[in-house]
Order: sequence, then structure tokens, then C-alpha cells
Amino acid sequence: MFDLSSILSEQVITVLWTLLKIVVIVAPLMLSVAYLTYAERKVIGAMQVRVGPQRVGYKGLLQPIADALKLMFKEIILPTGANKTLFVIAPVLSIAPALAAWAVIPFDDGLVLSELDAGLLYILALTSVGVYGVIIAGWASNSKYAFLGAMRSAAQVVSYEIAMGFALVGVLMAAGSLNLGDIVRAQDGNILTWYWLPLLPLFVVYFLSGVAETNRAPFDVAEGESEIVAGFHVEYSGMTFAIFFLAEYANMILIAALTSILFLGGWLSPFQGIPVLDEMTAWVPGLVWLLAKMSIFLFLFLWFRATFPRYRYDQIMRLGWKAFLPVTIFWLFVEGIAIYAELGPWFDGVLGAAS
Amino acid sequence: MMKRLKKIIQTWTLLELFQGLAVTGRYLFRRKFTLNYPEEKAPQSTRFRGLHALRRYEDGEERCIACKLCEAVCPAMAITIEAAPRDEDAPAENGAGRSSNYGNRRTTRYDIDLFKCIFCGYCQEACPVDAIVETRIYEYSFESRQGSIITKEELLKIGDNNEAQLAADLAVDGEYR
Repeated sequence: MFDLSSILSEQVITVLWTLLKIVVIVAPLMLSVAYLTYAERKVIGAMQVRVGPQRVGYKGLLQPIADALKLMFKEIILPTGANKTLFVIAPVLSIAPALAAWAVIPFDDGLVLSELDAGLLYILALTSVGVYGVIIAGWASNSKYAFLGAMRSAAQVVSYEIAMGFALVGVLMAAGSLNLGDIVRAQDGNILTWYWLPLLPLFVVYFLSGVAETNRAPFDVAEGESEIVAGFHVEYSGMTFAIFFLAEYANMILIAALTSILFLGGWLSPFQGIPVLDEMTAWVPGLVWLLAKMSIFLFLFLWFRATFPRYRYDQIMRLGWKAFLPVTIFWLFVEGIAIYAELGPWFDGVLGAAS
Repeated sequence: MMKRLKKIIQTWTLLELFQGLAVTGRYLFRRKFTLNYPEEKAPQSTRFRGLHALRRYEDGEERCIACKLCEAVCPAMAITIEAAPRDEDAPAENGAGRSSNYGNRRTTRYDIDLFKCIFCGYCQEACPVDAIVETRIYEYSFESRQGSIITKEELLKIGDNNEAQLAADLAVDGEYR
């Protein structure tokens, strides 16, 4: 008799089970990335009074599949002057953090791959690593446009990253925890106890920094197609380019998820505390609310791109250092005072929980 | 002072950014201008200037009398005409002898290089007998470099195929000429 349990020891089962969970997260993520590009083209098309893709499949629904196939069959060109190793590592470096960060995202109460206590720190670290992909790509390409893109990207990072970190500190102070699940639970109550209201400036700064971090318009200086061709990824073709593309959109979805979790109460229902609606929508799983909140932010990403012209990179630095940073620091003080004053309904009991 | 205060409030409430978003937000629901080309086509004027054609009279005689005004007026010098008196025999049923057309000046060559042509319509305007016209045809292609030069035979054929449309368009436009 062939004994299965002897081969599948406890560790192996754990590894396989984790792998399965990863697939369950990453596969829908990749699909969302594909259809986010479709949504982007449709939404921006509509805002520019045209219709967007509509030829491939019903209403153009197969367009992202066609694009993916095209990119897969294209040749990957390694430029002669490029630093081959770094050139190949760069796209990996940009997509890996974008995917790895999903490990700590709670999709529902307890529905999370890794209930990490330092989740917020992990996120902050990983999302920052993604930018190195861009900088290394620009450096390794040995092309002046790519290099300019990388320099701009570096200039951009130093300007928004600090404000972004401070915005996260605000959430940390209010929730008294670095665990993303606990942060959501701390917002429990109703739509007004979510952190978007007491931390409104931090919310705005965090989302705008998120837009900057994903290199999306109006902060897409690293790409700047009208000035420096395609910026950091000029030399990339085929699948290597596709990976940068995937990373950008996966990052967008990640930032949308994080903003929803940190400021809009993650999986919490917006009808909490409203007598009738709350019972009527009690059957809706938290995942649906999270996805709905994420779509709001994803739509905002697209809306921004259709609306705002690109910032010059010195303007981004001005914005980061002279607007975002003072605002976040000021609001941290306000928040600190509010916490000491035990201002309800947001900050009462925060002091007790921390000590 | 009030002005500065207003400016500060404007900046920090991101007022202008929201105004910008409102504009694109409105456009999201506008009726789209896109024309689904192969299925839908843009309306054409009766004066549309597309591919050229040479027309004939109703009895089948070609209109062109080789006056070369079109060749002269053509700003792109796309038209090449060679002419000679006609020396063909009469059709058999008209009896023996020469055709009534014998000795008429006609073109022996009428080439238009479509690469050079700028579709200005001067040839049509210059033509005293409405022989060279520009049709409404705009969907055509060449498969070789030489293909851009269309000859007299091809021009006459285009004219024959589109005579109804051409005559109708010229009739509408005629009173303004």
C-alpha cells in the first residue's frame, strides 16, 4: 500500500498549501491587470469623446488578451551596450515587490495570506523597492533617454517617499498597530469612523504619493513619452516590457487596495451602523466591499490620467517637499493632540490600547 | 489681502484640480464622435475630390479634346498628355470610308501620377468639356510603385463605372460653376 502521508510531510503540505494560496491571489490579480488596461483605454477613450478598443471580441473585451499574445511573441532585444545582468533583473525587481506585497493584504476578516504583525512596514519597504526596478532599468539600458528617465525617477522618489511614509505613520498612530487587519478592525463602526475623515490630509497625500509611486500621470516623468520617448523602458521589448507594464498596473491595484484598507475601512461595509441598510446588506462578503472601494481608486487613477498634464520633475519635488511634507507633519501633530484629548469617535481608547 | 486668502483657500482645497476633473467627468458621458469606419462612413460633399475619372458623351465618344488645360493648370505636374489626330475607320454599319471622327484631335496618352497629385481639383475646374473629373472614390491602393500612374483606359473605365454618380454631382454643382 502506497502511503501518501509519508511523502507529504507537514512542511511539504504547508508549502503546497501556501503555493496554492499564492496562485489564488496572483491569478485573479493578473486578470485584473489585464482588464485594468482595458478599462483604462475605455475610460480615457470616453473622456476624450471616443470609444476605445471595440474590435477584438465583443466590445473589444479580448483586446488585453490580444495585446498579451502580441507582446509574448515579440523578440526580446538585449542592447549591445547594456549591462545584461541588470537589464534582465530590472523588470523582475519591479514586478516582484508588486506581487509580494499582496501577502499581507487582508481581503476579508482573517482572509489573508500572511497575518504579519509588521504588515505596514513590510508594505512600505516593498513598495519602495519597486522603484529600484525603474532606476536600474534606466541605468542598465545604456541609453540617454532611459538614463534621463531613471534620474527623474530618483528625483521623484526622494520627494514623495517621505510624505508617504509620514502618511502611514498617521494611520499607525490612529490604529495603534502595524498589522493591516488590526488597522481595518480599528476603523470598525460606521462610514464616519473610517480614517479618511480624521486623517483627510494624510489620505489625500497618501493617494497622490501612491500615484507618484506607480509612475502614473500626472507624475509619470520617468516615462515622459512626449519628452524622453518612453523613459526607463525605451530599450525594453517583448516580454521584458510587458513585465514593466504588468508591474505598473499591479502596483496601481496594490495602492488602491492599500488606500482602501488604510483609509476606507478595507472590508468593512459602508452601511455599518445604518439601521435598515446594514441588515439588508449583511450577506455581502467583505471582499466585495474591498473590491468596490478599490475600483473607486482605480477609476481615480484613470481619471487623473485623462485630466492632468504631467508635472515637471522640479514641480514634483516642490510638491513633495513644500506641500506634502509640511501638511503631513502638521497633521501628525494635530492627530497627536487629538489622541491625547481622546477625541471620539476615532481616537478614544487609542492611548489605552498602545500601553 | 482677501485676494491672497482666496488664493490660499483655492490652492489647499485643490479647487482647480477638482474643476479639471469635473470637465473630464462630464466628457465621460458625452456622445462619442467615433465613426466606425468600415461600417459607417463620413458624409461626402457633391464636390468631393477623390480618384480621377475621364467621362464620355452619351454616344460613347470620350469628352476629352486634348486641349491640355488640365496638364497646364496642374500644380503638381501630375498629368501627362500626348495627343494626335484620330485616324480610325468608321464602324462597318456606317458604310465605307472614314469615320466622322476622322482627324479629331484626341489624346493618345492621358496619365495621372497619383503620387504627385494633390487632389486640388484644378484639372476639373480647367476642363472646358467636363471630361476630367474627380470622383467620390477614396478607397484605393496600389500594389507596386508603377501602380500609382493611372492610364487613360483606367480613367475612362472609372468614368464609365461611376457615370451616374458623376452626372448627378455635376448637375447639383453646375449652377455654381
